[in-house]
Amino acid sequence: PSACISTSARLASRHHRPLPEASESASEDPLSPPSQRSRAHDTSTELQPMPTSPAMDTAAQDVSLFSSPMAPHLFYPVLQSEVDASSPLMYGTPSSRVEGTPRSGIRGTPARQRADLGSVRKAPQVDMHSDEQGAGQRLVIWGTDVNVGTCKEKFQRFLQQFTAPNSREEENAGLDLNEPLYMQKLDEISVVGEPVLNVNCSHIQTFDADLYRQLICYPQEVIPTFDMAVNELFFDRLPDSVLEHQIQVRPYSALKTRNMRALNPEDIDQLITISGMVIRTSQLIPEMQEAFFRCQVCVFNTRVEVDRGRIAEPAVCRNCNTTHSMALVHNRSAFSDKQMIKLQESPEDMPAGQTPHTTVVYAHNDLVDKVQPGDRINITGIYRAAPMRLNPRQSQVKSVYKTHIDVIHFRKTDEKRLHGLDEDGEQKLFTKERVAMLKELAAKPDVYERLSSALAPSIYEHEDIKKGILLQLFGGTRKDFTQTGRGNFRAEINILLCGDPGTSKSQLLQYVYNLVPRGQYTSGKGSSAVGLTAYVMKDPETRQLVLQTGALVLSDNGICCIDEFDKMSDNTRSVLHEVMEQQTLSIAKAGIICQLNARTSVLAAANPVESQWNPKKTTIENIQLPHTLLSRFDLIFLMLDPQDEAYDRRLAHHLVALYYQSEEQIEEEHLDMAVLKDYIAFARTSVHPRLSEEASQALIEAYVDMRKIGSGRGMVSAYPRQLESLIRLAEAHAKVRFSSKVESIDVEEAKRLHREALKQSATDPRTGFVDISILTTGMSATARKRKEEVAQALKKLIQSKGKTPAMKYQQLFDDLRGQSEAAITKDMFDEALRALADEDYLTVTGKTVRLL
Amino acid sequence: MPTVHDWINNPLAVVDGLFAQSNSSPDWEKKVVEYFKEKLKLNDAHTWVPSLNDVPLYYLKPNSLVKFRCMVQDMFDPEFFMGVYETNDLTSNSKQVKCGKYKDITVGGVDFNSRNTVTSERQTFYCVPIPGESQWAKEISFIWCTSQARVVPSTSYVPNRHKRSYEEDDEMDTQPQHDVDMWGRPKRQETEAPSHDSSSAHCTSSLDLNFPLPGEKGPACLVKVYEDWDGFKLNDMLEVFGILSVDPALSVIADEREASSLLDPTEVTETVEEQRVHSPPPSLVPRLHMLYAQPLVHNNPLLPSSAPENNGDHLSSVLGELASVRAELHTYLTHVLMGDSLAAEYLILHLISNVYSRRDVLPLGKFTLNLSGCPHSSPYTEHLYKVIQQLVPSSYRLCMSLHNMNNQRMVPRKDYTANRLVSGTLQLANNTSLFLDETQLEQGQLDATGVRNITALGNLISWQKVDYDFNYHQMEFPCNINVLITSEGRSLLPSDSQVNLRPTLNPPNLEEYLSAVQVAQVPSQFNKYRIYLSGARALNYTISDEITKAVEEDFVEMRKDDPQSMSAEDLHRLLVVARLLSLSHGQNTLSRDGWMKAKQLEALRISRTQQQKSLSGNEP
Repeated sequence: PSACISTSARLASRHHRPLPEASESASEDPLSPPSQRSRAHDTSTELQPMPTSPAMDTAAQDVSLFSSPMAPHLFYPVLQSEVDASSPLMYGTPSSRVEGTPRSGIRGTPARQRADLGSVRKAPQVDMHSDEQGAGQRLVIWGTDVNVGTCKEKFQRFLQQFTAPNSREEENAGLDLNEPLYMQKLDEISVVGEPVLNVNCSHIQTFDADLYRQLICYPQEVIPTFDMAVNELFFDRLPDSVLEHQIQVRPYSALKTRNMRALNPEDIDQLITISGMVIRTSQLIPEMQEAFFRCQVCVFNTRVEVDRGRIAEPAVCRNCNTTHSMALVHNRSAFSDKQMIKLQESPEDMPAGQTPHTTVVYAHNDLVDKVQPGDRINITGIYRAAPMRLNPRQSQVKSVYKTHIDVIHFRKTDEKRLHGLDEDGEQKLFTKERVAMLKELAAKPDVYERLSSALAPSIYEHEDIKKGILLQLFGGTRKDFTQTGRGNFRAEINILLCGDPGTSKSQLLQYVYNLVPRGQYTSGKGSSAVGLTAYVMKDPETRQLVLQTGALVLSDNGICCIDEFDKMSDNTRSVLHEVMEQQTLSIAKAGIICQLNARTSVLAAANPVESQWNPKKTTIENIQLPHTLLSRFDLIFLMLDPQDEAYDRRLAHHLVALYYQSEEQIEEEHLDMAVLKDYIAFARTSVHPRLSEEASQALIEAYVDMRKIGSGRGMVSAYPRQLESLIRLAEAHAKVRFSSKVESIDVEEAKRLHREALKQSATDPRTGFVDISILTTGMSATARKRKEEVAQALKKLIQSKGKTPAMKYQQLFDDLRGQSEAAITKDMFDEALRALADEDYLTVTGKTVRLL
Repeated sequence: MPTVHDWINNPLAVVDGLFAQSNSSPDWEKKVVEYFKEKLKLNDAHTWVPSLNDVPLYYLKPNSLVKFRCMVQDMFDPEFFMGVYETNDLTSNSKQVKCGKYKDITVGGVDFNSRNTVTSERQTFYCVPIPGESQWAKEISFIWCTSQARVVPSTSYVPNRHKRSYEEDDEMDTQPQHDVDMWGRPKRQETEAPSHDSSSAHCTSSLDLNFPLPGEKGPACLVKVYEDWDGFKLNDMLEVFGILSVDPALSVIADEREASSLLDPTEVTETVEEQRVHSPPPSLVPRLHMLYAQPLVHNNPLLPSSAPENNGDHLSSVLGELASVRAELHTYLTHVLMGDSLAAEYLILHLISNVYSRRDVLPLGKFTLNLSGCPHSSPYTEHLYKVIQQLVPSSYRLCMSLHNMNNQRMVPRKDYTANRLVSGTLQLANNTSLFLDETQLEQGQLDATGVRNITALGNLISWQKVDYDFNYHQMEFPCNINVLITSEGRSLLPSDSQVNLRPTLNPPNLEEYLSAVQVAQVPSQFNKYRIYLSGARALNYTISDEITKAVEEDFVEMRKDDPQSMSAEDLHRLLVVARLLSLSHGQNTLSRDGWMKAKQLEALRISRTQQQKSLSGNEP
């Protein structure tokens, strides 16, 4: 079979080369591939030891007696390899095929070419102090100040000694944080078998700032050195491990650059980390790594490595000396996987009024197809620039460079939003000064008032509403009760604003939507259930089913502002039931069944059914929303036009000031929006208050008190849901103070706010008492009582009439009205009839009432 | 003037000269910018520079200094280029350091490994002529420019394109001279004209130049910005002075590239669509290397485009007779509005309105006017639009027909395949008058696009912002667009103020009447109106403490009688009306009198609306 021929031909072609014993010591390797010269202008340096990534290239070319399979096989790897190589299209790096056994130890494990570090450009070391021989001698890689030996040593020391006791990264879960972190990770590699070591650059920075600088400035040289170091260390410790290929070091979180906009020419060839959103991914591009040529005359084979996209085609056959007889054989050439990814700046990083920038990113080998369009990712890679040719036949070049990033490490930032609970991934980085400033602000006694007045300053007063929204922005503490079977406890606070049209409800919603990073704004009128939740779509290109998320899922960890809540169709509203209590969304559509997290706070605004708020009616009657939904709102506020002179005066002053104050004056008066944003972001990620003993007692008392109020009048005035609301509000208030403990002042404010909201929304217009059942059952207790009374009166009336099987409807109504002291409306009469019909006492057919 | 020719005709010689003198110290870049700034300041020198807006591209000398009055439509990614490079001539084996700034293409064989290479960064903006710029604004800026120029550099081109348009547009404001052009020279038969037009027609078929408004003409331009590009924003109006680059080598023909790109990994980064957009043929989309850019506060050529604080003085000096101009304009508009003087008053207020500030999400100063009571499907609205077009420097009439609402792309959208922002009709420069003609709307089904368009229009009116569609997310771009809605009944879109049109005249032939009204205006009168409208908008405005008190008192008083009659929203509107009314009279501050007038005006308007309500009965 062709495989046998190819292998033997290959062996034959390489026999004239010396076979080095080991690849760990590169300086003994006298061979330097032609590509090396690219960086070596001085020919004398050719003879200098050539240290970079020897494991990689020498092994790739010269240890070719045996080949190993691309994937580890349990039996007879040598034999298997023959079969594997017979595949006509050999996707994969050449090195992965030509490695030998034994399958353990550094010598036996194949190195894999790192396409992410660019083409195999190797630089010789130069002696910086060649004149002073002896101890002062210091070898560095040409063009850098990196000494391979020192660098390797430093990195090994880092791996062996670095501990991160305060690490909160998800990846370190399950590791003993007081033991050297990366040694544990090496152990993990030997167990899992995935030969990739992700190294946090900030760890290196804290351990050895100089090493970090070298890594950032010369990643192309330093990372192979790291590879070398880690492999030595690994196989020293675990000489018997079997890995697919040698371990590759993938640094991430380089602090060099955070924002795509900040990239500039100085970053070229440096290690950078930027964040962004994937907008497009290309198809897989097979990139030739090694070209295979065969002589047309004598069938002599030779291989040429591809150097920066160019192949040096051999002009003469080395075997038979025929000129121009070598032909490229595609099937036998080696390719590696490559994918072009377009990354766009995250909307949060953008200055206002500008369009987002995009960057081209190349992913290589196993990083291909790791990300999808729409993913938010952090990438770490090397920034590259290459000149552009106008036309291959012309010497003129466009004076523009093409830039791209060769990616070394991907980190999805939004992955956890869909699956986990951790918020660290999206933790915003604040400078120390900023944090100090925020903490100083938090220490002020009136911080709560300050922040609430900074919220939407253009909207006048409504202080309690603003306070409520402020607490909503902070949210409660997330608790996990999965173990006890209760599932997640809702930490988000939901608020409903209802009131007269034109009381700046929409403006408040717009403000909140603009304030929070993950806010969504929809109008009940225009949104469908699908637009709110998620839908499944077929991608026209790939024919793949794609889950498109709607406003509620998109505002996970944020706030979903829903205007014209009352105009929403019942169908759409029903979706909210699950979201607002369970904080999840279940989807069963087109074969996709899943549950998405939608831990969103809902801020909704509703207008009364009649164009004006009718103070004689209850909230439910005014806005005509199902009570099942209303009871899911923690706070329901009425935004009414308070008709009072002092208020009018202040309002007028406020509005007039709006129209003549200059921008500077405005800014002096209020905390600006940026501070507020940062304050909230900081509190949300770093403050997780817990209930103190004293606060728990206060909460219990508050709840018992609430229950007591109603019990005297035969009403239930509080449900466990209200207690949960109180807890959330108290926690949020503690967050406002940056306090890790919920104290009694927090409970006091939570109680006050809750009471205020209830006073507004759950007051029974007939009795003037606060009655929670208006919101929980849709009817006040007094109304229910009265309904029963009327029904009883009607029954008595009918009974008093004696044995008449049928009565006239109108007659009965008039009789009842005549008999009763209180005014009885037709509605009430109908209701009473219905109640009696439910008791199977009578039936109503048309205009006659029959007894049963 | 040979010097003039030098820096206008061959600016690169100046750049290279300064670069050579510098001995590779980096401050030569500043010197270049300073040099051209100084030159442009001298005796209106900027008017000598030929303008891409007026002169067809093929009349302009490549690598000469030109100017372009434009709007930033899209911002491309920043690019790295060889700021300084070294060439290596193999034949003579001589090395030479060259400057790559303000150029697209290098000269001679570049030594990529040279240590002298300096990589610099620049930004590319895709600029289009200001969308909806009125014909008069184009012409006046052209005449302004060329009549003052002692030389028309580098071109023998005598444009008389404007002549044709006079005839077409039936304009009355400049005397048409049938045999003589603007300079009194005999009119030349315009043989080039068809080619000019056909080239733009041709380009729309093969290459979408991405103008926000349909039917626009003019060159689009790739402007390369070298300094402070973060200071520019999308939709900014600019006058760019820069070096024109039209090397045909810049155009990339797709199929030729495909052949050569097989093995070159650096070539696969761009799709064919992207290449068409980012490297269009320079004959259609020239490159302009920016030396200096003047941000335009307005595009009214009758006013200096300098800093706004001088404009007040300018206005008072030009229009000593401001009151009379206002009165004349009012009379004129009253005639146009069929004798409705209240509507004319409100139209003036609307035309000078301007978003002057934003408080968190609230735009202040906007004044969207809804002229209701316009006859359905009559040419009246079209005529009204023409009148407005005569008065404002840029405008657009959007017929809200069902077809347009369902099919037109209003909100700009990011096309990721071509990597550009596909423009929409709502991508307009500041203070553009958007004329929404709701009388064209019939009953029928709005589809998803239609609903989105209506929402976008509503957002535009309420918040003065447009949410551009970036597919994965939306991005909010604040705008400042004067929206005027004409409708039969109350508009379905929100508005700040609704005036019901009450015609007192009923001319038998509408068109004759309206054209008679226009003819009655002396052309110079139009220019006064234009200066007045743009000038009044730019005035500063304050409210004294005393008046603040009075307004507060008044508000409380009004609320006492009937709280329903005066809400916070009404006060908002009243304050805007008072502001605009004061400005329209050239007053910088609100007076007690002005406040009373504003109140009267509002009372009159509201009473009219209520009457209308009771008349028709079915108004909500």
